[in-house]
Amino acid sequence: MIWILDITMLFFLVVCAIAAISIKDLLSSIIILSAYSLIMAVVWVEMHAVDVGFTEAAVGAGITTVLFIATLARTEGRSED
Amino acid sequence: MSRIQESVIIRTVVRIMVPFIQLFALYVIMHGASGPGGGFQGGVIFGAAIILYAMIFGISEGKKKMSDALDKILASTGLTIYAGTGLACILFGGMFLQYDAVPLLPDPAVVSKYLIDLVEIGIGITVLAVMISLFFDVSPPEPEPEEAEE
Repeated sequence: MIWILDITMLFFLVVCAIAAISIKDLLSSIIILSAYSLIMAVVWVEMHAVDVGFTEAAVGAGITTVLFIATLARTEGRSED
Repeated sequence: MSRIQESVIIRTVVRIMVPFIQLFALYVIMHGASGPGGGFQGGVIFGAAIILYAMIFGISEGKKKMSDALDKILASTGLTIYAGTGLACILFGGMFLQYDAVPLLPDPAVVSKYLIDLVEIGIGITVLAVMISLFFDVSPPEPEPEEAEE
């Protein structure tokens, strides 16, 4: 366990989570959510859960982003609230 | 055709990368029992390779490689492999997915190794077919791909 790396990762995790829900542009929100998933995958691997980290990187950062962007292409791309 | 889809660099890189991504997906599926990975992750990576191809070369071009009928056939085939392996174990007197009950080879450990790989392959086939059909379902229709890729 490298605790400085852990603290840094968790800090960026919280920053990404808050940014993803507070930003108005939905495309930016999706990309930030993808970065959140990537950091989360690194945190899983750091916690010795390689299998979960693998799934997080493949599904969270990969497929989910593509599906969100494909859905966004059918909408206006801006949040009303 | 949008500006990104016309780029020679992107088209060439995608054409070169897709087979290697698929090979890596097969590696992940086959090493699911002994290392990180497995049927689900490998299927997702395999599906992502075909989704990448469909994003760059167009949805209709992707549907030539992976039609809706083939999607349905693959999704049900993988489920049949998984359920069939489990039910075969019941037929030979074990419980559902109790691999060592199947008297295929003299050593039960070897039998369960091969049957675990068979189950992982079934999961992988189903997941890749479902992921690709999800992408085709949510992706915008072909006449307006300009907004789709920006």
